[in-house]
Amino acid sequence: MIRSAWLLPPCPTRRAIIEKLAKGEASVNTLAEPLKMSLPGVSKHLKVLQKAGLVIQGRDAQRRPCRLNPKRLRDVANWAERYRRNWEESFKRLDSYLSEITKKGETKW
Amino acid sequence: MVDSLQRENTLTLPSDCEILMQRVFNAPARTLFEVWTKPEHVKKWYGVRSTTVTVCEIDLRVGGVWRWVVTRPDGMEIAFSGVFLEIDPPRRLQRTERFEAMPEAECVVTLTFDEKDGQTTLSTNMLFKSKADRDVCLKSGMELGVKECYRKIDELVATL
Repeated sequence: MIRSAWLLPPCPTRRAIIEKLAKGEASVNTLAEPLKMSLPGVSKHLKVLQKAGLVIQGRDAQRRPCRLNPKRLRDVANWAERYRRNWEESFKRLDSYLSEITKKGETKW
Repeated sequence: MVDSLQRENTLTLPSDCEILMQRVFNAPARTLFEVWTKPEHVKKWYGVRSTTVTVCEIDLRVGGVWRWVVTRPDGMEIAFSGVFLEIDPPRRLQRTERFEAMPEAECVVTLTFDEKDGQTTLSTNMLFKSKADRDVCLKSGMELGVKECYRKIDELVATL
């Protein structure tokens, strides 16, 4: 589900949470177990991910299952890809310009 | 010569408030530093396709102001500006940058020029005050890009 590595947060715990949720929804308990973390510890990380809109937590009072927000992940991926491509257009022109000025030897570097 | 696949611009999000782009150029660091810091060069390469650099001011000293404006064929101007924070040719250049249409999402851009065997990896790190600001910046690129596509379609339709 998550193909772009850069979408994952740099924090290893949050990364692990996202990777786990990519396999399906999970309760906070289920998430905490393999991470060997306390429930409040995991909840803290989950809050950050929720605030970023990457994770949604269900309202079921007993279990409050967590799941990924695929729309949000897709949005960020699309914005980033478009931004990257805009710059790549400039960089391609820069490639041509660099080879032009190097060939001509006009400029003394 | 690095093949084109390897050369393509990569973008990563190293933290919630950052954008990092990396790209290899077939030129030494000092050449690349020059083409980033002299207006006569910047005018030749900066901007998405079909835009023209109409203003390029670079006061290359710490505290000096830079301002680059590109104009689209429909006359709309897209302006970026900021102040230089650190100048260490040909390795490092740090400046503030803001898209003038959204001045609140200002960021600090650090350019590092890493030369190896005559080729230079340019790393552009953009650090924002918040994740929301960073996303505004990413989104703005999306909007410009989408408008660019629409414009291309309009052009195409006009020739049919």
